[in-house]
Amino acid sequence: MSALVPSDGAATLDGEAPATLEVSGVTVSVSGREVLRDVSFRLAPGQLTALIGSNGAGKTTLFRVILGLQAPTAGTILVDGHPRARRNPMIGYVPQRVFLDPDMPLRARDVVSLGLDGHRLGLGLRRHADQRRRVEEMLGAVDALRFADSRVGNLSGGEQQRVLIAHALVSRPRLLILDEPLANLDLRAEREVVDLLGRITRDQGISVLISAHDMNPLLPVMHRLVYLARGRAATGTVEEVVRPEVLSDLYGQHVDVLRVHDRILVVAGADERLPAGLRHAGSAAGAAPHTERWEP
Amino acid sequence: MASLFTGFMTDTWVAATMVAVVAGVVGFFVVLRGSSFVAHAIPHGSFGGAAGAALLVGVDGTILGISGTIAGLFVFAVAGALGIGWLGRRGRHDVATALSLVMMLGLGFLFLSWSGQYADALYSLLFGEVFGIPASDLLPMAVLGLLCVVGIASLFRPLMLSSVLPEVGEARGVRAGWVETGFLMVVALATTMTVPVVGVLLMFSLMLGPAAASRSVTSNPRAALAMSVGIAVLTVWIGIVLSYASNWPLGFFVGVSGAVWFVAGRAWAWRRRIRGVPLAA
Repeated sequence: MSALVPSDGAATLDGEAPATLEVSGVTVSVSGREVLRDVSFRLAPGQLTALIGSNGAGKTTLFRVILGLQAPTAGTILVDGHPRARRNPMIGYVPQRVFLDPDMPLRARDVVSLGLDGHRLGLGLRRHADQRRRVEEMLGAVDALRFADSRVGNLSGGEQQRVLIAHALVSRPRLLILDEPLANLDLRAEREVVDLLGRITRDQGISVLISAHDMNPLLPVMHRLVYLARGRAATGTVEEVVRPEVLSDLYGQHVDVLRVHDRILVVAGADERLPAGLRHAGSAAGAAPHTERWEP
Repeated sequence: MASLFTGFMTDTWVAATMVAVVAGVVGFFVVLRGSSFVAHAIPHGSFGGAAGAALLVGVDGTILGISGTIAGLFVFAVAGALGIGWLGRRGRHDVATALSLVMMLGLGFLFLSWSGQYADALYSLLFGEVFGIPASDLLPMAVLGLLCVVGIASLFRPLMLSSVLPEVGEARGVRAGWVETGFLMVVALATTMTVPVVGVLLMFSLMLGPAAASRSVTSNPRAALAMSVGIAVLTVWIGIVLSYASNWPLGFFVGVSGAVWFVAGRAWAWRRRIRGVPLAA
């Protein structure tokens, strides 16, 4: 890996807090193809980290490895100092694009309860008062009390997202992982979910890792980012990572970083080998970076 | 009407009620998981097992002290469930289900052609024979029914989690494959005990109608499960009385009321929607 790509050392973590997640040298090969190559980063409590990358960059694979659903070819993963395992109560997980049948007899409140005891056998008819209180508390923490008794399949995308976040948080994990939580949300719902995630990170003192293909909506709340491209990762603050040198090295082609009205656009630079008239088209075709977003 | 509750009719009431409870409980998850096709395939395929048993020991024969029909249904239903579970993890689930179904039906056809004289007796398996349940079948039925109810009650929360949020379940150690296999086994047991009473075709409608209606009425999952059982029991009770009075087959009443319950449930949901009452209430 090039020296230009920053990678986390212990020094980058503030204070003495142990890492909630430590990914070191993780490589994943699927039928001979390297999906992730030597990925390393650490997450500290109380920090929100964005995992940025385009489709196919390896975000979902990295999540599956962290969740213990897939074994890395090389490298180690420590969750709160322990080797990762299936059924890790230290991790709360919000999957991408959940389809919930609108007719399903399941209330928002039931989904949150399942986060507490969904893996247990039995009907779960007798819940302790403190379990019920915990569910109410979580519904309140994500502003879901208003629709706690609604069918979860009838809720809007943003409301469902909040219920799923409460589901993931109710068992008091140390690390919350969200796979593309902003996909398919309208602008208002997106802002609400981003604000909520920022608040949760602060109030609960946990690590939050959010994957997204666009970093811009997360800029106001995120502390650090892990930028994935071609299976490799660059880690650090936005200022450290989102620079043309770092990202060009990661993508293996020239990349420009443009800042427009507090937005960051990562675009493929002109390819010197193409004639001037074709440069624009050429760069668009080869544009692996995809973080632009045009909105009024 | 008094004879409705005497002699062999007592066995009918007991058997039909057990069947209804099991159909209501299992049907709740069949509808929730969208497994209607599986709930169709396992009973239909298990018919081949009954045909095989008839060929081996005759229609009224026994295998290890259990009625041959029940033993045959059991073997085919369990084999079908395992086949669907195993193939379904390796390919498309609906294709695996269809292949298992046609294989079992094909075998059933072959067995029937070898033992043509029994076809009439086996025909009753399609529509059930609630008024002719032998008293000796009640105990094995009760055991199988209890297994189904206990199975669903123990698997309730993992089934719920795995049906609604499979990836989250996996991450929390609830293996979707094991949950699916467990559920398919319950469907197989339910098939074995219900088919002789209400038949292959009607077991299907008794599982779907009440469960589909109950979910339109309540949004509380445990209440929906209880209501599904209640409606199923009511369905067979009404069916028995009407069938006894009219001398029309029970299957007709069960089949029709399955659809009626479903329409009534949709109407209830629709009425709430146009009155602006949130469905959740």
